[in-house]
This record gives sequence, C-alpha cells and structure tokens, in this order.
Amino acid sequence: MKTRAVLSVLGADRVGIVATIATALAELSVNIEDIRQTILSDVFSMTMLVTIDEDIHPFEDIQARLAEVAEAIGMQVTLQREDVFRFMHRV
Amino acid sequence: MLHISPEEIAETLLMVHQQHLDIRTVTLGVSIDDCAADTTQEISARLYEKVTRAAERLVPVAEQIEREYGVPIRNKRISVSPVAGIAGRCTGEDLTPIAEAMDRAAETAGVDFIGGFSALVHKGVGAADDALIRSIPSALAATQRVCSSVNVASTRTGINVDAVARMAHTIKETAALTAEADSIGCAKLVVFANMVEDNPFMAGAVHGSGEADVVINVGISGPGVVRAVIAAMPPEADLTAVAEAIKATSFKITRAGELVAREAARRLGVAMGIVDLSLAPTPAEGDSVAEILEAMGVERCGAPGTTTALALLNDAVKKGGAMGTSSVGGLSGAFIPVSEDAGMVRAVECGALNLEKLEAMTAVCSVGLDMIAVPGETPAETLAGIISDACAIGVINNKTTAARLIPAVGKVAGDHVSWGGLLGAAPVMSVSEWSSAAFVRRGGRMPAPLSSLRN
Repeated sequence: MKTRAVLSVLGADRVGIVATIATALAELSVNIEDIRQTILSDVFSMTMLVTIDEDIHPFEDIQARLAEVAEAIGMQVTLQREDVFRFMHRV
Repeated sequence: MLHISPEEIAETLLMVHQQHLDIRTVTLGVSIDDCAADTTQEISARLYEKVTRAAERLVPVAEQIEREYGVPIRNKRISVSPVAGIAGRCTGEDLTPIAEAMDRAAETAGVDFIGGFSALVHKGVGAADDALIRSIPSALAATQRVCSSVNVASTRTGINVDAVARMAHTIKETAALTAEADSIGCAKLVVFANMVEDNPFMAGAVHGSGEADVVINVGISGPGVVRAVIAAMPPEADLTAVAEAIKATSFKITRAGELVAREAARRLGVAMGIVDLSLAPTPAEGDSVAEILEAMGVERCGAPGTTTALALLNDAVKKGGAMGTSSVGGLSGAFIPVSEDAGMVRAVECGALNLEKLEAMTAVCSVGLDMIAVPGETPAETLAGIISDACAIGVINNKTTAARLIPAVGKVAGDHVSWGGLLGAAPVMSVSEWSSAAFVRRGGRMPAPLSSLRN
C-alpha cells in the first residue's frame, strides 16, 4: 500500500542535512516527490512530500528510523500522513 | 506536487507543539443492554467481558493514529449505556459491584475514565434508578475511573425537583465518603438537564439507547490555538473579524477531529458516531477558555462583557465546526470548568468571577456550572437550588446544562482543593447565604415549558 506523507525537518543549519535525510529515506524505499527548503535566521526548514510503500516498510518503522536520524543530527524531524494537512487546510 | 503549502504545514506543527492542539478524547461507546441479569454479580461479569472485548484495541489504535498523524490524542475513554437500564432485576441490591466491574474493565482497557453509571429520572424515578442513585456515593468512593451522571430535567418534561433534591443529598454523601481526597467523588458526578446520548466527554458520557452497539465519538479541543489566533490579531480588529478568525480556526480543529474519528472507526471496525465541537480547557498554562475571552478584551474572565465574549466564541466555534464535519454531536459548546482551566482559577482567585456570573455564562455555552468547589458546609438545599437554576436555564432554552459541584468537606470559601491531573485544582467559591430550603422542599415537578409543545 502506497501512502503519501509529509516530512518536516526543522533546526539549526549545518552541512549535510538534506543528504542525511535523503539517504535514510532511500534506504527505507521512501520516494521523494517534492522538496521545499529554506533557511531563515540560521534555522533550516525543509518540507518534503514523500510516498511510502507500507508493504516494504510499515509507517511506524519509518518513523522510528527517522527518530534515530533526528537524534543523530540534532534536528526536529516529523513524518505525518498527508491527509491531516489536506483535511485541516482544504474545504 | 506538494498541494499543501509549507506555511500550512508549519501552522499545523505550531498548533500542536506550541498551542496545545490535541484531540481531547476518543471515546468508545458500548451498549451493555445485553448485560442485564438477575444479580449484580452476573451483570458485573457480563459487563466486564463485554466492555473489555469491545475496547481491546481502543488504546493501541488511538496511539497509532496519534503517531501517524502527529496530532496528540489526550484521552481514550469508554462510555456505556446507563447502568440503571440493566439493573431492573436487582433493585434490592447495592449496585456498587457493577461500578467496580466498570472500574476493572477501564483499567484492563487502559483508559482513564468510563462513564455510564447513570440514570435518567427527569420525569420519575424507577426502582432501578432509585437503586442506582442510592449506590452512587459508595460506587464513586470505591472506584477510580467510574463516572456517574443523572438526568433530572428536560425541555420536554420540565424539572424533577424531587430528583434534584435527591441528587443534592447524593452529592453531599459522595463528598463525605471521599472527604480525605478533597471530596474527589463529586468531580466524577454530574447532574444534567437535557442530557445527550452521544457525549464523549466526562463525567457525563453515556452511550444512549438510540446508538449503534459500538461507536466512536470524538471530542475536539484547542482553546490554546483559538487564543493564539485572537492574540495575534491587531487590537483594533472588530468583533466581526474576531468571530471570522475563530470560525476559520474551529474549522481546522474540527477537521483534525473528523479525520481521527473516521480513522479510529475504520481501524476498529465500528461505526463513527459524532464529533463534539467543544473547546475543552485543561489545567495546562495556555490551554484556557478564560484566556480566549481575555484575549478578546475583557480584563479578567467574569468582567462585564464576558457573557457576550463567550456567546461569540461558542457560536463561532459551531459555525466553523459545522463546515468541518457532518456528524456534529455531543455537547458541542465551550466548556467553562473552573478547576480545569488555569484562567478560570485566576479569575476566581482575584474576585473577578463568581458563581452568579458562571450561571449567566451557562446560558450561552455548553455544560453549565462545572467543577466548582463550594464550602463543605453548604446545605443540600442550597446545592439543590443551584442545580435547579442551572436546569431551568437548560430547560427553558432547550439546551443541555449541568452541574458538577464539589462541596469539599472541611473547606470554607477561599480554601483550596486539589484533585490532580486533568481535574486540576481550584479555590473554594462562596455560595449565597440565603436559603433555598422552603422552595426546594416543596418538591414536585416544574412543568415542561410551553416551548416543549411543538408538535
């Protein structure tokens, strides 16, 4: 089952954030469909739309792996099913 | 393509992480009609089995949804059909063992409260209702998680003043039996007018007779989000603009509730019941309904203008929410529980808010006189007068009202009580010294108002 999800990354800017996240996602067979990234006052902010194949890696496993990555690079990483944004922000 | 803008994503994360957006409760309603039996022992066994089986996956599923969607679900709860309805063959017995079975079932299911130790007596008290009301004090003293509610009035039938008086005495007895814990039993006991059948919030949650066997009802929350939106508006923004901003925010909050309700019902394989559009505060700083009213411009909750501000808030939440779900239900109105709202507590402590103002506020929002500690020596007749006044507002205005009063044993006005957790802490409020005794002792029924004759 393919699931669309939104990945948000927030924290102090440093070298290699995108590379680290993208590598982790590739290892989890997560496909990146869109990326928006900006730096405001040294704060790195990235939003990704990704597609997860839950038959390969369950949603919760991916969240758990990303939590480890977040811990390692000291960033806030949040993975949420896309529906929650669609529901809340579209009539 | 990213159909959602990064700003909208950031807004959602801000709502959750800084403004306390959460789903207040996912409540599983379970019919226990098939648990009727000849003895409380048999009823207890059947009830425990029925509830624990129905609620087996409630907590893990709710936690899974919470993680996957990134929206916290604060409480998972259970409501059952009014217990008086299944106790008709054991009216000579104390029904406390049934409450104890509910308590055990709640513990096994991993929920913090279970509602439904309840009776509906707005027109008359049946034998089973009598047995249930008699058992309330010991049931609430013997259990941790059980909540009790009794409906004593309705627009269709008027106010059963005998039942009101009886409940006032029951509240006093409950306070006495739980005196060592600041009369906490009374915090789990609510007296209603126009009780609803699909309320997911405690202490008044029951599973009504018009419901499917098992349903998921969701109560939204988010006073902190609404307050933040108003606080961010320029001070010269007029009240129409404030109402508009609340509506837009309420829509978003409600959509989160709708999504959680749909997903929980789907994953549990049960019917989706309702989404309750109530702004429910918690004792956490910043999660306060009183602070919303203060952000609108009243200096302290309770100041003149407070009732208008609350009416505006309540109405705007419903208007925005009604666009967000087609399953509006439950109480659906702002809650103003004193002990569970840090802003309310502050307003009482500084003298801005009193019982009489809370009664006026009851007319324009949900619930009524909620989580109010009063002196332990308050006469039962005075409690009955306060409850009947709350009922009168509900009956005449065709809305739900309720009273959750805690006459804290050994405490006087100005003292403090603390129940901890979501129940919070509160100053003991003063009550009128003038007696209601002769009025309440008349008993009988306040007839249904003319507005009930609608057919």
